[in-house]
Amino acid sequence: MKGLRGLAWLLVFQSIGEVLSRGFSLPLPGPVLGLILLVPALRFALVREPVAECANFLLSHLSLLFIPVGVGVMTHLALLSQYGGRMLVVIALSTWIGLAVTALVLYWPDRKAP
Amino acid sequence: MPHFVQLWVYLSASPLFGLTATLVVYLLAQAAYVRLGHAPWANPVLWSIVTIATGLTLTKVDYPTYFAGAQFIHFLLGPAVVALGWPLWQRRVELRARFGRVLLAATLGGAAACGSAVALGWSVGLPHDVVMSLAPKSVTAPVAMGIAEKIGGIPALSAVFAVLTGLIGALSGKYLFDALRIRTTDAGWRARGFALGTAAHGIGAARALQVNADAGAYAGLALGLQVVLAALLLPLVFRLF
Repeated sequence: MKGLRGLAWLLVFQSIGEVLSRGFSLPLPGPVLGLILLVPALRFALVREPVAECANFLLSHLSLLFIPVGVGVMTHLALLSQYGGRMLVVIALSTWIGLAVTALVLYWPDRKAP
Repeated sequence: MPHFVQLWVYLSASPLFGLTATLVVYLLAQAAYVRLGHAPWANPVLWSIVTIATGLTLTKVDYPTYFAGAQFIHFLLGPAVVALGWPLWQRRVELRARFGRVLLAATLGGAAACGSAVALGWSVGLPHDVVMSLAPKSVTAPVAMGIAEKIGGIPALSAVFAVLTGLIGALSGKYLFDALRIRTTDAGWRARGFALGTAAHGIGAARALQVNADAGAYAGLALGLQVVLAALLLPLVFRLF
């Protein structure tokens, strides 16, 4: 029941986000605006307790949610094989650059810490 | 066996099929991943995608038919993005204390991932709309699609790039961090998780969550921050060109 109420809250915040995003043609997508609005609302136990339960469930199965889009790779096989090699190299290199820069910026001041 | 064939034609065309296949294959892949001690190469997202795509090709079921069922799972990405507010709120005290550094790491890391993708894409001669679909690839798929639409990319392609990026990060992150001598101390785990959430979004964050609790929390935090930063900054930056 709590989890269901949590899902209802998440959907309400996402809907508000969608309305604001489309209504004012803001650069932020609806779910992102929903996230920004949700954070301050979490100080209220009425929102926090159900949302915590639902969020823990959803986020622990986050990888499942990417499978439908991932299977969509098969519809782009023609485009992927046209640029395949180059495209994969670009994606891999830029991912490693992003990972390395982020990790080093955060880790550098702590590198000597035990 | 005409009866069986008819039954298969009915089942494979109903939304029930896509939904069931996605859940069952994922649960099996997840069980195998746990059994193999969370080895990076056994990533359940990768193997679920490969299994389902192969199965669809062999049984000649097209993607829209599959997606008619799988969309119920896909739909949950929206509420999941909103739900990222929860790990952010949980770490609010810690976040306030380290806010400058965390924000700096998220901004520089996100800019490095996006900038290098666009620069490399141009230098190897990829077409403009493909390069624009590469730009938001380190943001979680549904948001990446929205951004690509705004800056002149192809939404479906940017979702594919986002998934590939997440998989590469989840598969190779450990080796990269070891090579960079980021140790497995508390600070090291925070940096590893945060980097995965920044450059390899939800798929990287899911990997971090499975390996270490601190890494997982920071990955969730990075994911949320990256979504906000990229959605705000990318359309602004690309409007200037």
